Amino acid sequence: MDIKALKEAHSLLAEYSYEPAKLDKGYTDKTLYINIGENKISTKTVTPEIKEKFIGGKGIGLKYLWDATKPSTKWNDPENEIIIAGGPLCGITQYPGAGKSLVVTISPMTDIPIDSNVGGYFGPYLKFSGWDALEVQGKAEKDVIIFIDGNKGIVKIEEAPLEAVDGHVVSEQLTEMYAESEEDKKNISVISAGTAANHVNIGLLNFSFYDIRRQVTRLKQAGRGGIGKVFRDKKIKAIVIRFKGTKGDLNKPADQSLINKAGITLHKQIHDLDDVQCRMRQIGTANIIEVMDKYDLLPVHNYQYGKHSDTFKIASDVFIEKFITQGMPDGCWFGCSLSCAKAADKFELLTGPYKGDLVTVDGPEYENAAGLGSNCGVFDPQMVLEANFYCDTYGVDTISFGTACAFAMECYERGIINKDITGGLELNFGNGIAQLELLHQMSRGEGFGVLVGQGVKVMKEVFVKEYGADADFLRDIGMEQKGLEVSEYLPKESLAQQGGYGLTNKGPQHDEAWLIFMDMVNNQIPTFEDKAEALHYFPMFRTWFGLMGLCKLPWNDTMPADNHLTDEPAKIPQHVQHYVSLYNGVTGMNIDKHELIRQSERVYNFQRVFNIRRGKGLRLHDAMPYRAMGPVTIEEYESRQDRYDQQLRELLDYNPEGKTTEEKIKVMRDYRYDQYEKLTDAVYKRRGWNTNGVPTIEHLKEIGIDLPEVVEVVKQHL
Amino acid sequence: MIKVNSRDFEWQEGMTVQRLLELKEYTYVKIFVKINGAIIEKEDYATTMIQDGDDVKVIHLLAGG
Repeated sequence: MDIKALKEAHSLLAEYSYEPAKLDKGYTDKTLYINIGENKISTKTVTPEIKEKFIGGKGIGLKYLWDATKPSTKWNDPENEIIIAGGPLCGITQYPGAGKSLVVTISPMTDIPIDSNVGGYFGPYLKFSGWDALEVQGKAEKDVIIFIDGNKGIVKIEEAPLEAVDGHVVSEQLTEMYAESEEDKKNISVISAGTAANHVNIGLLNFSFYDIRRQVTRLKQAGRGGIGKVFRDKKIKAIVIRFKGTKGDLNKPADQSLINKAGITLHKQIHDLDDVQCRMRQIGTANIIEVMDKYDLLPVHNYQYGKHSDTFKIASDVFIEKFITQGMPDGCWFGCSLSCAKAADKFELLTGPYKGDLVTVDGPEYENAAGLGSNCGVFDPQMVLEANFYCDTYGVDTISFGTACAFAMECYERGIINKDITGGLELNFGNGIAQLELLHQMSRGEGFGVLVGQGVKVMKEVFVKEYGADADFLRDIGMEQKGLEVSEYLPKESLAQQGGYGLTNKGPQHDEAWLIFMDMVNNQIPTFEDKAEALHYFPMFRTWFGLMGLCKLPWNDTMPADNHLTDEPAKIPQHVQHYVSLYNGVTGMNIDKHELIRQSERVYNFQRVFNIRRGKGLRLHDAMPYRAMGPVTIEEYESRQDRYDQQLRELLDYNPEGKTTEEKIKVMRDYRYDQYEKLTDAVYKRRGWNTNGVPTIEHLKEIGIDLPEVVEVVKQHL
Repeated sequence: MIKVNSRDFEWQEGMTVQRLLELKEYTYVKIFVKINGAIIEKEDYATTMIQDGDDVKVIHLLAGG
C-alpha cells in the first residue's frame, strides 16, 4: 500500500477553515454543509427551535432533508442529501452505547427517508470537531474524499482517483494516510461504502474505528435502505475525520454527576450479570440464534419456517469456540462495557478477489447469521462469516441481501426462475458458494447478482414482467414492504410483530418494535388496544435513541437483577430513568419519562408526514406480504398443522376435520388479514392518526409539531 | 389443567416449575416465573411444585430484538 502515491494523486477542489465551535450542554449549535457538486462548504446555525422540535440525530437529519428536497426529489437527484448526526448525548463515555451516528437520506429502495443507526467513532469526532451534523449535498464529477480535521479546523474536498472503494481496504488506506503517527490512528474515523454499492440498491455505509489491540481498522455499518448507493452515486469515495483529544467531559454536560451515577450503576450490572444474561461480551447479538430457533422464530428458507434441525451448526457457541477471538471484548465507542463488538481474527477467505487473505471480520451479528445463514438454508459458519465479510467490504446490507437471496432461492426451487436466468447459478437453499458468487457479481456489476441486489421489490417486478411469474404469489412470498426487506425474525405467529414491522415509518426493520415475546409467548398484550399501546410506546421509546446518538442494546440486552419486581418489567424502568438522567445531566433540562416519549412523538410524526409529502405514508403502504402473517403454501401450513387447526377451532369456531389444506389456508388467511386491519385501526387511533394513517392536526398541535409546512401537507389528506 | 400465560396447559402429577419450563421448551435466560401472583426465585424452580388449577406466568423479558 503506497500511501504516498495515493495522496500525491489527490487534487484539492475546495478548502474551508473554521474555528471549531465550543460544545455546551451536548451541542455545538453549528452544522457543516458541504456541496460536492459546487465545491461549496459553509456553516449553519442550529436554532433553539430546531433543538426543541427535532433534538438531534435523525431528528435534525429529517428536518434538513425536508428543507433540502422537494416532494418530487429522487434519490439520485443532486439535491438529495446524506445527513450524519449524533445527538446531544453522543460522545459521552461514562454510559455504554453513546457513540452512535444517525444517517438520513432519501432511499433508492423506498423513495422515502431512511434512517440508519451506526457505531464507530465518526459521530462523536464530528461533534468534538465542532459540528452537530454533517450535511452533504450535490454530486461530484469524479471520485472525491471529504476530510475534516477537527483540531486544525479545516475541511477539504479532494479528488481521489487511486484509493480502493471496498470498505476494508479504503478504511485502512485513509487511516494510514491521515493519521499523523501510529498512535494517532485511533483519532481517525472513515466512512466508506464498497464496490457493490456502485451497482446495487442495497448498498450500505461502513463507519470505522481503529482497534489498537488488533492494529486493524474495524467497520460498523449503517446498513438499511441503500445509503451506500446514494453515497457512491454522489461519487464520494470516503469521508474522513480526525480529532485528537477525546475526553470524558467534551460534551460539557450541565451536571456530570447525574451521568456518572447512571453509568456506574450500569457498568456494575453488566459486570455482574452479563455472563448469565445475554453474553454480549462473548458473542454480542448472535447470542439469540439458537433462542430464535427454539421459539420457532428463526427465519428458514425465506421465512417459510421458524426452525431447522441444522441450526446447531451456526449456534452462538460455534462462533465462540471456532471463530470469535475471546478475551478481547470491545465496544464501538469508548466506555461501552457491554462490548458487543467482536471479531473473527485471521479469518482466511476462500473465494473472491481477496481469496487467501487473512482478514478481521466484524461479526456475525444475529441478523447476519439468520439472514445469510438459516434464511438461505446455509448452515455453515465459515460461509456465513465469509458472506458477512464480503457484504461489509462491498458495501452490501446483510439484512436486505439475506432476505433478497432467500427470495431468489425460493423462486429458483419453485421453478419460477431457472439456470438460464441465473446465469448458471444453482440457487438452491443451502448453496453458500452460489450466495457468495451473487455478492462477487454485485461487486463486479455483472450477472444475476446485480438484479438480486436491487432488492425483492425490483425482482418481483422483473420476474413477473420478464418471466411470467404469478404476481399474487410473489406478492405473498416476497418479504419486503415499502421497498425494504423484512429483517430476520419470523412474525407469522405474532400479530403485534406484524404491526411492529408493518406500521413503521421506514419499512420493516425491527428497531421500532420487537414484541414477539410479549405477544406470542407471554400473552401480555392480548387485545387490539393492548397491542396498540405497545406499538405506540416502544416505537416512540426506541426512536429516542436515534435522536440522542445512543445504542439500544444497553437498554434491553442487560437488565437489573430485580427488574422482574418492577411494575413494567418489559420497559426496564430503571434504564428508562437512566436515560432521563443522562438527558437532564447533559442538557440541563428537566424532562421526565413522559416528555422523553413526547420528544420522540414529534419526530416520529414529522417523519410520517414527510412520507405523506412524498406520496407514501398512508394505510395502503402499511400492508404486509402474507408470508409475514400466515402460511402461504401447503408445506407451511402442514409444518404447523396442529397449531393452525387448533386456532381454527378456538378462534374461528371452524372445524378443520375433513377439510383440505387449501380450504384451511383460505379461512386462516381471511381471518389473519382481518386481524391485521383491526390492529391497524387500533394503532392509528392510539397514535393520533385517522383511519388512513394521517396524523390529525389536533394531534400535531397536542404534541407540538404543528409547523405550517407540516400542517399544509396533512390538510390535503384530511 | 393449569394456566400458563393465560392459556390452558395440561397439568401433570408432581410438576415442578423446572419441569414445566422443560415441557414448554422455555430456554431463554431472561425469564421470571410467578405462580398465582407470587414470584418464584430461580434457585427454587427444581423444588417448587405446581398444583392443578394454578395460574402460572412465565414472562420472557425481551422487548428489544
